[in-house]
Amino acid sequence: MSARSLLVGPFNRVEGDLEIRLEIEDGHVRAAYANSPLFRGFEPMLQGKPPLDALTLTPRICGICSISQSAAAAQALCSVAGGAPAPEGALAAAILHAVENLCDHITHFNLFFCADFARPAYAARSWHPRATERFTAMKGSAVRACIEARAQLLHIVGLLGGKWPHTLAIQPGGVTRAPTLRDKARMASTLTAFRRYLESTVFGAPLEAFDALETVEALRGWTTGDAGLFLQISDDLGLQRMGPGPERYLSFGAYPLADGRSFGPGVWADGQLEPVDSATIREDLSHAWMLGDAAHPSAGRTVPDEDMADPAYSWCKAPRLAGRTVETGALARQVVDAHPLARAIIAGGSNVEARVIGRLLEIARTQLLLEAWVAQLKPEAVFMQPVDLPRNGTGEGLVEAARGALGHWVRLKDGVIDSYQIIAPTTWNFSPRDANGTPGPVEAALEGAFVPEAEDTPLSVQHIVRSFDPCMVCTVH
Amino acid sequence: MSLLCAEAPSVFDLLAGAGISFLWHPALSEASGGEVRRLLDRVESGAETLDVLAVEGSILTGPKGTGRFQMLSGTGRSMLDWVRALAPRAGHVMAVGTCAAFGGVTSAGGNPASAVGLQYDGHHLGGALDAGFRAKHGLPVINVAGCPTHPDWVTETLLLLAADALNADALDSFARPKFYAENLVHHGCPKNEFYEYKASAQQLGQMGCMMEHLGCIGTQAIGDCNIRGWNGGGSCTRAGYPCINCTAPEFEEPKHGFTETPKFAGIPVGLPSDMPKAWFMALASLSKAATPPRIEKNATADRVKVLPKVRAEKP
Repeated sequence: MSARSLLVGPFNRVEGDLEIRLEIEDGHVRAAYANSPLFRGFEPMLQGKPPLDALTLTPRICGICSISQSAAAAQALCSVAGGAPAPEGALAAAILHAVENLCDHITHFNLFFCADFARPAYAARSWHPRATERFTAMKGSAVRACIEARAQLLHIVGLLGGKWPHTLAIQPGGVTRAPTLRDKARMASTLTAFRRYLESTVFGAPLEAFDALETVEALRGWTTGDAGLFLQISDDLGLQRMGPGPERYLSFGAYPLADGRSFGPGVWADGQLEPVDSATIREDLSHAWMLGDAAHPSAGRTVPDEDMADPAYSWCKAPRLAGRTVETGALARQVVDAHPLARAIIAGGSNVEARVIGRLLEIARTQLLLEAWVAQLKPEAVFMQPVDLPRNGTGEGLVEAARGALGHWVRLKDGVIDSYQIIAPTTWNFSPRDANGTPGPVEAALEGAFVPEAEDTPLSVQHIVRSFDPCMVCTVH
Repeated sequence: MSLLCAEAPSVFDLLAGAGISFLWHPALSEASGGEVRRLLDRVESGAETLDVLAVEGSILTGPKGTGRFQMLSGTGRSMLDWVRALAPRAGHVMAVGTCAAFGGVTSAGGNPASAVGLQYDGHHLGGALDAGFRAKHGLPVINVAGCPTHPDWVTETLLLLAADALNADALDSFARPKFYAENLVHHGCPKNEFYEYKASAQQLGQMGCMMEHLGCIGTQAIGDCNIRGWNGGGSCTRAGYPCINCTAPEFEEPKHGFTETPKFAGIPVGLPSDMPKAWFMALASLSKAATPPRIEKNATADRVKVLPKVRAEKP
């Protein structure tokens, strides 16, 4: 019997700051504690400000999920007014948002996740030379191809939204710029180029073929592109057996358009799809350095405990849906949206490989959505309609960031923001324990992970943590 | 992450081509955990040379001056402590983004986490580092301010530093590189013709100038956004929303809504840089009276409604 404790950090190639404390027994993680060691206080910052300032300030929570925050803020304010964006404005906002999500997914796959396969620790593996050539940090051929393709795809945001990140183009009533016929043609060309990148590099085959996969057997037969390389590596390392999730999947539904959300909303648990009841959300504060009691975000407060008293160990609150932990992200979104492959790969529970496959699947499907949206965009339409905010009222904005369910809850009083609460995807996935002692999803996923004596920054732990694609700056905000 | 939007060539090729390599970047490097802690120790002890320390994000000094709102994971030390330890070791120190430069958005509202910039606290000199701080090569903290900062502003600053071509004269009064700080966002703004006639947009989504009603301060804000362009040629004003002066200290607290213009007796409070008030008033009333119908109509439309007149062929 040997027992030790490990503090893992700084955690590279996750967005923002993360520290994980591991209790290890006999070479396996017995307990894990995820700490978000950065508190900035965006929620109290917004109190007393003009409501529309949320559109400028909340995107600046994060330099990678900026448009997601923007979309959630616009939707929350719109719901206070009981209004709706101009339908064509909603479509333009969806294009902006989907481009960001797509960029985040390819960045995660190529820069954040696969870089670990190039580590010298894997030098003896048959796939290592190829992984090194493709994924070595900042040098690999896949890494370079990815950032070039990504920068070009973001021209769509430059065109519609002025810049990335931190566009102010998305408003409660639509978008600030009516695209022209020429913009539409440029966006279509940009997407054609991006499809070429995806098909020649990431998938090595038509996107439709990946989208058409329905079974685990069919997936295991996929050998082309970096997706094929990943599957080969994953098989060898047993990533299917690492990092189990809570087997409850949450999606608020992505891309609200006039005829509904393109990826549907819901909670998938025990083989059943249920509607999301956001009224059952509570943020537990028992293990967060926060003062106050557990509350629904519409009644929640953010008052940091400056003494950082035990037993708390993170600035992150612990959101629970009907009292339980949930996993959120691309995999959850595709499971909830009933994609057969997503449902098939989680038959035995979610895992590191399934999360990566969920993201690859969503890359293919999002590109297809974008192509269809740009084709149907009507430059002659109205892209913004007036939404008059009342001086008093409450609103809720529920969207899907690349990393999962993102919610904004706002209350206006006498014409200014009285309360603003945010639950980001990684707040769900990387929450600390709750009052019942139930660990958050990543904490639970790490239990049982193999940790060799010699490792002070265990590889298994890194794979599991990065499989969730955490965005720690959004987590605590 | 805006850095990854650098193009022609990409950020990795651009920097590698100039002989610049990352000792460590939290989002891009392979090294993680223990490997990074050992690297930081070597830099702190002087065993590893640090040419440039580039810091993103404001430095949090709370709660109660401890810096514990922002701990560098795995080290048991605050970012405040690390910055103070590493900055004197660096040849140059760069604040990347307005938060790192001046405190920025993180210090908005009541500044709940007591955020400061590296060498400024808002307009005031002296932040996480003293007012008199100079890096090893003699420069104060170089403020590559912007929210976000333009990827080229970061890469070009690094290129100039690598070529030993950035001296104190190349920085403006807030230590921002002049190569982008010598311009106003107004320069090259596609709404310039509307500005000339004070033909104003009444609400977001309209084509007119946004100075009079929608909070645009591009005539006072430094930046070459409308010359250089973002993400293939965009900018805030090109996308139909106002410049909020994000390269400036304390832009996060405009004392009014970001998309509304404060006025006194119906006249915008902030005037264009370097313009005497009386002249502005005289020119504005004259040009407003002379606004051609095309410009007046288009100003409050969401797209061009009236085309420029095509000159008839000369007889």
